[in-house]
Amino acid sequence: MIRTATFHRFLHLLCFLNLLYFAAVPCTHAQSSSSNAYAITHAKAFTLAGSPIEDCTIVIRDGKIAAVGAMVEVPQGAQVIDAKGLQVYPGFFDSITQMGLSEISAVGATVDSSETGNYNPDVVAATAVSPSSEHIPVTRASGITEVMAVPASGGMDFFGGRGILGGQASAIHLAGWTVDEMLLKKSAAMVLNWPQIETETFDFSTFSRKEKPYTEAKQEYDKQVNELTDWLDRARHYSQAMEKGSIAKYDRDLKLEALAPVLRGEMPLLVFADRSRDIRNAVEFCDKQKLKIILAGGSEAYKVKDLLRSKDIPVILRPMLSLPDEEDDPYDRLLSQPAELAAAGVKFAIASFDNSFSRRLGQNAANAVAHGLAYDEALRAVTINPAQIFGLGSQIGTLEQGKLANLIVTNGDPLELTTDVKYLFVKGQLTSMENKHHRLYEKYLNRPKAQ
Amino acid sequence: MKILATREMRGNRKPFLYFLCFLCLLYLAPSTHAAPAPDAPSVILIQNATVLTVSHGTIEHGSILIKDGKIAEVGQSIKAPKDAQIIDASGQFVIPGIIDCHSHIAADAINEGSVSVSSMVNMEEVLNPEDIDIYRDLAGGVTAANILHGSANSIGGQTLVIKLRWGQPASKLPFEGALPGIKFALGENPKRSNFSIPGQPRRYPATRMGVEETIRAAFSEARDYKKAWDDYNKRSAAGEKNLIPPRRDLKLEPLVEVLEGKRYVHSHCYREDEILMLLRVAKEFGFKVRTFQHVLEGYKVADELAAAGVGASTFSDWWAYKVEAYDAIPYNAALMTRRGVIVSINSDDAEEATHLNQEAAKSMKFGGLTHDEALKLVTLNPAIQLGIDKRVGTIDVGKDADLAIYNHDPLSAYAVVQKTLIDGRVYFDRERDIAGRAEVEKEKKALTEKLKKAEKKPEEKKPEEKKPEEKPKQAAPTPTPTAEREGGAL
Repeated sequence: MIRTATFHRFLHLLCFLNLLYFAAVPCTHAQSSSSNAYAITHAKAFTLAGSPIEDCTIVIRDGKIAAVGAMVEVPQGAQVIDAKGLQVYPGFFDSITQMGLSEISAVGATVDSSETGNYNPDVVAATAVSPSSEHIPVTRASGITEVMAVPASGGMDFFGGRGILGGQASAIHLAGWTVDEMLLKKSAAMVLNWPQIETETFDFSTFSRKEKPYTEAKQEYDKQVNELTDWLDRARHYSQAMEKGSIAKYDRDLKLEALAPVLRGEMPLLVFADRSRDIRNAVEFCDKQKLKIILAGGSEAYKVKDLLRSKDIPVILRPMLSLPDEEDDPYDRLLSQPAELAAAGVKFAIASFDNSFSRRLGQNAANAVAHGLAYDEALRAVTINPAQIFGLGSQIGTLEQGKLANLIVTNGDPLELTTDVKYLFVKGQLTSMENKHHRLYEKYLNRPKAQ
Repeated sequence: MKILATREMRGNRKPFLYFLCFLCLLYLAPSTHAAPAPDAPSVILIQNATVLTVSHGTIEHGSILIKDGKIAEVGQSIKAPKDAQIIDASGQFVIPGIIDCHSHIAADAINEGSVSVSSMVNMEEVLNPEDIDIYRDLAGGVTAANILHGSANSIGGQTLVIKLRWGQPASKLPFEGALPGIKFALGENPKRSNFSIPGQPRRYPATRMGVEETIRAAFSEARDYKKAWDDYNKRSAAGEKNLIPPRRDLKLEPLVEVLEGKRYVHSHCYREDEILMLLRVAKEFGFKVRTFQHVLEGYKVADELAAAGVGASTFSDWWAYKVEAYDAIPYNAALMTRRGVIVSINSDDAEEATHLNQEAAKSMKFGGLTHDEALKLVTLNPAIQLGIDKRVGTIDVGKDADLAIYNHDPLSAYAVVQKTLIDGRVYFDRERDIAGRAEVEKEKKALTEKLKKAEKKPEEKKPEEKKPEEKPKQAAPTPTPTAEREGGAL
């Protein structure tokens, strides 16, 4: 009978984990209605899993998309949203942000996005995501239903260094009472800020620029790469020892333990690199180490597009609304890159790399379209592509039966500046788009005329 | 300089690179650099365009006739004069050139941050006509920009309005006849809240109280100084002999010009209380604030701004990068407009300036401005704020032919600038730009080869150090003086 009890406990644990990781059970949010079945009717549905469907009905039940199609019947008891004249899309996925980790970037006390030190593979973004961040509802109102909270990813983060192994990125839904409710995937990727050859640094103690010769900078770079190699070697040995059960001989090492899924190829490395030389070096390194890699940044990805294509390495591009690196680069270098990568067959997503500017995600994608990217590709770059890149493609990113119902109903093209999101669903819950900005707007719109 | 590199704020990481690129380009300068100013055909006719005049509606299939750099005729059908150069703008949209009321391009330095009153320095003296950002902003339809000093000081340096005449020398950049300005700054930046240099004592002022007193003290001095000169001039004019003129004070002179209405005050600010503070100080000393810059809480005191007749130049949707920007809302422009304030949307950043049309469009979504009202935010309204609306800001006969031509409605994220004209000259032409790229690449390659050869000859030393493609680049978001240059004004 002891056996049965243990088995029961095991079952409980499974259920618990299930809740944590898949959160398929609908949870009631403050922002949500309590009904758990919805039918969006008469919409034009951009499923991103085929051609758009006119006069489409989308049934949502128990957090998931139960049916999508023109001939779908509205189930009894479902709350109906008549979307005549409106359009439905998968919610946007901003795949690099510091959401919940950083509130006011100039105020250190509100920033938790980067640890000190160069090697922090054991820290996990979800641990520090604040569900009450004002950024979450503001971002949600722009049609973004889930984001990747990425530690040590820069953005407006001026506190702490970015380190080399920066920690684990967490995919979170932009709604939920607690982080557990928000979790889409707790450990989605390991951040690696690829070392750079820095001949110029800025020294705050003297407030001056410091230069060093290339050879010296190169030595430092080599040292960092060797250090990284050493970390991975040690993690490998540690894993082997664990597997052989000889771990008792070691002190438990949380950092090395955290690297095990990376070495097993289960957790991708999210490698931040922009210059083509850095990308090449990082790719070569990860190849040698047999590690799965997602490139982040990629300002010069176009220079190494064949390499990326041949190795099947996806890229998360920083905003196209950025100036080129080189003074003599074409002025629209970053704007035209997505079209160039698409033509070369490189898989990419577009991300904000930020919090405050997360809501410019659609604007960035639209600007890529203005510079030659196919419209469908732009939509995919902020929905299904990032989902697939992080191994979440079976859960989110398109309007398909069985997927989590993270979707938006809009009055037009969701990439266009003037389009409004009319309804938004996160995990099948109709979720409010009320936010700090709108509250202040209402308040001051109604300020009595000053005397 | 802990924060506020504007590029970083957008998740763009490379203020530092700019400096490097600049150095690099010194010896790899491609031909765009030496681009001569375009010729000015004396007569140009833009045809078949949707003309968004801003002043008198939209003309479908419209034409604009340009003579000697000025708009000579606007209408539906204008007969092409014999000698006219024709620009066929079928399916395209013409708007008045975009005016950026807050810019830091074309300058070698931004912040004289050592003292809290730095009115003696002048941006005009550090104009850099070769700053590539001039060209990039031109490619975003910008034709004029208010080049401001940074915001490290309660009273900052002198400022000026330029036209983005890429290829012309520094002396040709200033907007002729535009009144000069001076930058003021309130709040966190002048009190140096987010900036500290280890080992250095804090600078006065360190509170908003101190910022007010710094400004009041400076204007007290300026008032005395003005009186001394007025007395001297009066007695001198009356024929009094052997007078000794007051000693010139270069710090106070521009403040006297402010008192005399000969120089505009453009004041950086965020919070509602500091906005009202400066209005009180201005009233006390009898000067006008011309524009509040950023003014992210302007919506809270919109009636007071309207009553004071002061312009507000703000961002579209920046927020939360510091405490005083935590109540910033994208409805700001619309709320202030509805209460009668003349509002513009500015960039404060070379990149943001490349899509001010898009930033203006957001005010239709956030607060429901009309298409025309939104377009005014980056054309007529900044022109009014800078006192140059008789010359630019709308498409009207007699005004400068400063125009931007887009392939779509400019208030869309899909619109791309095709041509930008200043004084009737085509300073940016997308087709020409694209066509010239191969040539730039070729020239760059040739120069690189030449450099490699030249450096191999002298006794084979550290070759990898000098290969141009090995030019070390740094992409970490390290705040630098370049960051100061760009973000110090934020």
